[in-house]
Amino acid sequence: MDKYLQIEHVGMTFEKRGVRFEALRDISLTVAQGEFVTLIGHSGCGKSTLLNLVAGLGRPTEGVLLLANREIGGPGPDRGVVFQNHSLLPWLTCAANVHLAVERVFGDTESKLQLAARTKKALALVGLAHAADKHPEEISGGMKQRVGIARALAMEPKVLLMDEPFGALDALTRAHLQDELMGIVATTGSTVVMVTHDVDEAVLLSDRIVMMTNGPAATIGAVLEVDLPKPRERLAMATHPRYIECRRAVLEFLYEKQQRKAA
Amino acid sequence: MSAIASSVESPVPEPEAPRRVVAHPSALQARPRVTEMAAPPAKGAAPVTATRKPPPEWLARAFAMAVGLAVFVALWAFVSSFGRLPTPAATFKAAVAIFSDPFYRNGPNDQGIGWNILTSLGRVALGFGAAALVGIPLGFMIGRFRFLSDMAAPVIALLKPVSPLAWLPIGLLVFKAANPAAIYVIFVCSLWPMIVNTAVGVRQVPQDYLNVARVLNLSEWKIFTKILFPAVLPYMLTGVRLSIGVAWLVIVAAEMLTGGVGIGFWVWDEWNNLKVEHILIAIFVIGLVGLTLEQLLVFVAKRFSYGTGA
Repeated sequence: MDKYLQIEHVGMTFEKRGVRFEALRDISLTVAQGEFVTLIGHSGCGKSTLLNLVAGLGRPTEGVLLLANREIGGPGPDRGVVFQNHSLLPWLTCAANVHLAVERVFGDTESKLQLAARTKKALALVGLAHAADKHPEEISGGMKQRVGIARALAMEPKVLLMDEPFGALDALTRAHLQDELMGIVATTGSTVVMVTHDVDEAVLLSDRIVMMTNGPAATIGAVLEVDLPKPRERLAMATHPRYIECRRAVLEFLYEKQQRKAA
Repeated sequence: MSAIASSVESPVPEPEAPRRVVAHPSALQARPRVTEMAAPPAKGAAPVTATRKPPPEWLARAFAMAVGLAVFVALWAFVSSFGRLPTPAATFKAAVAIFSDPFYRNGPNDQGIGWNILTSLGRVALGFGAAALVGIPLGFMIGRFRFLSDMAAPVIALLKPVSPLAWLPIGLLVFKAANPAAIYVIFVCSLWPMIVNTAVGVRQVPQDYLNVARVLNLSEWKIFTKILFPAVLPYMLTGVRLSIGVAWLVIVAAEMLTGGVGIGFWVWDEWNNLKVEHILIAIFVIGLVGLTLEQLLVFVAKRFSYGTGA
């Protein structure tokens, strides 16, 4: 397996007013090109912290992160981030939100026409060509999240980072977007690292599920290979023995081995 | 609806179905049974609509406003019946005379009310414009850099509560003329709301938007034009609105002190002439101009406010 994204012995300790808090300890993980990896764990286990380290929004206090053999030293457009709360700029149309990213990455090398075409293509990819001229407040939560995905994908990032991208959506919209995401990833062959707390989402979408232990000093507890054939069809999966097995394995990890302390 | 209908149509309660003790058949099946629903029930009788509609809200509001104004004029008429104040009718007559020729000029100290208002507005525009040019960039800088903010805090806290008129002698001393001194007073009093509100706006820019800027690695110029400026704009406009309100309050007082042409000076001049009905007219005019300025900026602010979305 080729190592595309390498996380090597990464630790993260925050220091706030003299109080040290070790969020992550000795995390090592490699992700291959084109792989879909989810990070799952109870809330507060530091999975978002780990994703932020990959995004470059924070620097690890120990260890090193490499993407395509180059150290991650800060945020950059080679990593497309989809935020949980969509984070679209409300004063820009959907197209302008995507265009901001497109312009940043390809503005120096491509003509205005090509940039506009890229924006259009990205919105079409998430099925929102018709909403290009709408402002974020005019579209639904699910559509906003799709624009967020379009913005991230339009940069043609080396890796797509998603922080609980569907966490704020209702169950039906979430299922719909999961299906769409599967289709998009199948088309683009993107490498994806996604944080989730939804077991079904993890099993349905992932090639591998990285299960994290509870914090503080959270680390990787187990890694599950989801060797289900793709494309996966939601209804067929519901009765697929291997799917049920994987699901049980994740549930066992989360609710037996890493039982959450009474909250 | 059906529940109500059935209770009306059958006054005799139906006998209750005997309780089953056996398990429901669906419990014996491995798969949960999903009963498919047929087409939605046909529409029954149209729901009873209210025959009497309450009057629309705007009408009720307009009516209340009219009553308020009427009460005000009635109170005025009552007070003026004691002889000191001119009556509403006399004031109206004087107003018609004044506004029939608002732009006459009989030398520097006797000009139409139109010139007086325009002169005052011109002073406000100059002082206020200069305050915007200085205050908004300063506000951005103070909002963005912690050190500058801490540096500016004591100075602003000390000078903000000072009556702008206290600055007038300094203005007269520095500029050695009434007109620039008045403009300078407007500048000083408009400055604080603009600095403070812009700085607050910059500090309130949601971290999410700044994170977007970081992951996209946007240039400082793009961050300013695409994120900071639009995010701060509503706050800035609040500052502008507060400033112009204060400026219009202050110009009247400043002009009373400096003299020349202007609505404030006109009020004082008419007092010296003992034309009280003209003073009353001036009060209404000042109020109307202030209201118009405020509404204009509310309109602009609405135009530029963005829903933050859910």
